[in-house]
Amino acid sequence: MKFNLASFGAGLLFGIGLLVSGMANPEKVLGFLDIAGQWDPSLAFVMGGAILVGLFAFTVAKQRTTSFLGFDMRLPASDRLDKRLVIGSLLFGAGWGLAGFCPGPGLVALGAGKSGALVFVVAMVAGMGLFEVIEKNRARN
Amino acid sequence: MIEIAWDNFTPWSALAGGIIIGLSAAGFILLNGRIAGISGILGGLLVPQKRDVLWRIAFLAGMLAAPLLWMMTAELPPIEIKASYPVLVAAGLLVGIGTRYGSGCTSGHGVCGLSRLSARSLVATLTFMVAGFVTVFIIRHLITGA
Repeated sequence: MKFNLASFGAGLLFGIGLLVSGMANPEKVLGFLDIAGQWDPSLAFVMGGAILVGLFAFTVAKQRTTSFLGFDMRLPASDRLDKRLVIGSLLFGAGWGLAGFCPGPGLVALGAGKSGALVFVVAMVAGMGLFEVIEKNRARN
Repeated sequence: MIEIAWDNFTPWSALAGGIIIGLSAAGFILLNGRIAGISGILGGLLVPQKRDVLWRIAFLAGMLAAPLLWMMTAELPPIEIKASYPVLVAAGLLVGIGTRYGSGCTSGHGVCGLSRLSARSLVATLTFMVAGFVTVFIIRHLITGA
């Protein structure tokens, strides 16, 4: 219960942060990605602000084995730099540049009732499903 | 030369929003011991594990509720989607499959990963940013010629 409540709170805060920052607006994101045009560097400040807070939090988190609510501290263990990481990130970046949506803003825009966001999110979930299907087939062969 | 769009430049709200996002990620790791990576949280629902579903739904519900809550008290900031439906479908598919192969997106790698000084996340973040820059360059300056 505590865990789910904290999850809801974190999601809510995350969504509000995306709205305040302007990152929930695909046009704003595309303005940031368009360095050859009229460049809007605002979103670098979003990353900067988030990482500024994150640095402190993750420094604390790394020193603990349980969270402050007593749950397992699950920090990613992998440090492998492999093809999957790079190819996946290339595909993601291409999709991000196509419409200006990454996963979080897509969900927030969907919550705001934008039909385009619904199309994006449904396709995104389909893409994730496709990944699972491909992985399952690979594991079988 | 890089030309700055000063009229669109909003460093303070961007910084404030970023800090709020950072607080969310900080709260999530410190209270629940988990990474606030949106693609991972959503993607994990497609292969549901026991006792691992509800919190994901709760997190996503929080994100969806954010604009609704906002609208109760103030006017929502602009959300301009200019891409056509076919482009949104292609973008969604690429983002969905890409984030799962790459094990993360802007939140998991970009915010949380960089915050914990992960080399893997740095590589991922640089890669998707460059891919984003190149894609926008192709669309806005090579194809459309604007």
